[in-house]
Amino acid sequence: MSIIQIRGLRMTYGTKVAVDGLDLEVAEGEILGILGPNGAGKTTTVECIAGLRRPGEGSVQVAGLDPYVDRTAITRLMGVQLQQAGLQAKLTVREALELYASFHDDPRDGLELAERLGLSGSIDVRYAKLSGGQQQRLAIALALIGRPRIALLDELSTGLDPRSRRDVWGLVEEAREAGATVILVTHLMEEAHRLCDRLALIDHGRITAIDTPEGLVARSAAPTIMAFTPSEPVDTSVLWDLTGVTDVRRHGDRIELAGDDDSVTAALGWLARHDVRAGRLRVTESTLDDAYLDLTGEPVLTEEN
Amino acid sequence: MSSPARTILRTESKLFLREPGSMFWIMAFPTLLVVILGSIPSFRDPSKDLDGARVIDLYVPISILLSAIMASIQSMPGVMAGYREQRVLRRVATTPARPIDLLAAQYVLHGAAVVVSAILVLLVGRVAFDVKSPGSAGAYVLVLALALAACLAIGGVIGGVSPTARISTAIGTLVFFPMMFTAGLWAPVQTMPHGLRTVVELTPGGAAARGLDQAALGHWPSAHFLLVLVVWTVVAAGAAARYFRWE
Repeated sequence: MSIIQIRGLRMTYGTKVAVDGLDLEVAEGEILGILGPNGAGKTTTVECIAGLRRPGEGSVQVAGLDPYVDRTAITRLMGVQLQQAGLQAKLTVREALELYASFHDDPRDGLELAERLGLSGSIDVRYAKLSGGQQQRLAIALALIGRPRIALLDELSTGLDPRSRRDVWGLVEEAREAGATVILVTHLMEEAHRLCDRLALIDHGRITAIDTPEGLVARSAAPTIMAFTPSEPVDTSVLWDLTGVTDVRRHGDRIELAGDDDSVTAALGWLARHDVRAGRLRVTESTLDDAYLDLTGEPVLTEEN
Repeated sequence: MSSPARTILRTESKLFLREPGSMFWIMAFPTLLVVILGSIPSFRDPSKDLDGARVIDLYVPISILLSAIMASIQSMPGVMAGYREQRVLRRVATTPARPIDLLAAQYVLHGAAVVVSAILVLLVGRVAFDVKSPGSAGAYVLVLALALAACLAIGGVIGGVSPTARISTAIGTLVFFPMMFTAGLWAPVQTMPHGLRTVVELTPGGAAARGLDQAALGHWPSAHFLLVLVVWTVVAAGAAARYFRWE
């Protein structure tokens, strides 16, 4: 049963097409990651799901409601953390948590959330005086304080140090265990891999791939990397002809070969037949980073941009 | 009132009290002005030019209007535009609370601050300088309420269309001086030459100053002045609602 259904969503700003016929279904209780280069249409899509924008064309349904029209009902179901949203400059962390808790019928304990996110020490600090990372953690606390059935988190861990990142991931996993559906826009492959049940790749306003993290890695052109130091010089052009090989590179005396599982078998066979020993042989799975690069042709951003 | 609206109002009042600048100009300065002017001996003497009134008598309503204009034109638009600029409205829009509650709280709080200021000014005028209480108290309150509504509505337009807090402050300052001039801060409307006076009486400040003066003397204010205030309020409130930019 899909809790979110997007059909043929199209959004334009002037002549720029931000979202171009996007279809997406999200099952209740799953964590869906949205990946894609900057300007691919991720944030616009999230804003349509949150009901902040009226779809230009196509339809968006959340729990059977139109999020743009049924504002009141939707806001009760959803916790939203937007990339660009602020708070009153002189509002303290404690006051912000109390204020946002008061918007919901059965809120979580704000102080406990603050504690979990390492904000206890700044509980009486005003918003404008918080660091970027602290503001970000507060934004996440405010998104989750109402025990949302659906959490929309746009760039969850941007600007967070590794420790806070893990705190935040813990909260997201906990929300899922409590039955929440989570949509996560991210640039961090580690985050996507660790948290998400499925990943949707958005590029040029469309979904170009949607699969489990493992599925996406397997889809990449070269899921396996084999590296070795040959005991005798090898003509790399021969290796190119082996089954499934997509790339061969030489790093000093080492040879790196990208391909699939069959390429590894084929390469080992070829080496054995020519009495070449593969020294310091390493076979590794290609990562989500590689898959992402492969599928979008864009550089992976591992830190905030 | 729904519960989010109530907690928003409570939170916003705390934040309002954290703005010492606004507090001073809206609540303290108008009374201070009355004290300063009242300390000048000749301003406490009946003047022939003012039909036997004293300068200090005229400056009590003007000081109250000053408070209303400070609150509505100088302070409130900056808060509204800032909440848009800082995307505070946007975050609230994702919750069961409504962004309009945040704006409504600004009208309520700034209006309340003006009421407090007006009471202070009247009290200090009465106690320290023997300014008579308004002869027609009901009419006085009515004109004051209409004047405050007109000022807040105009402030709402400025806050509603300014993309940033900085721009709203610039526009506010631009509007502030003509409004204070027409309210009679530099020269009471009664003392203006006839032609100028006719024009000034069509502005919210001028109409309010004249209406308050009449009510202070115990008369029912001319319908003309009340109508001017109502028209300004309706037109400005309509424009604020129509042209408000949420993003």
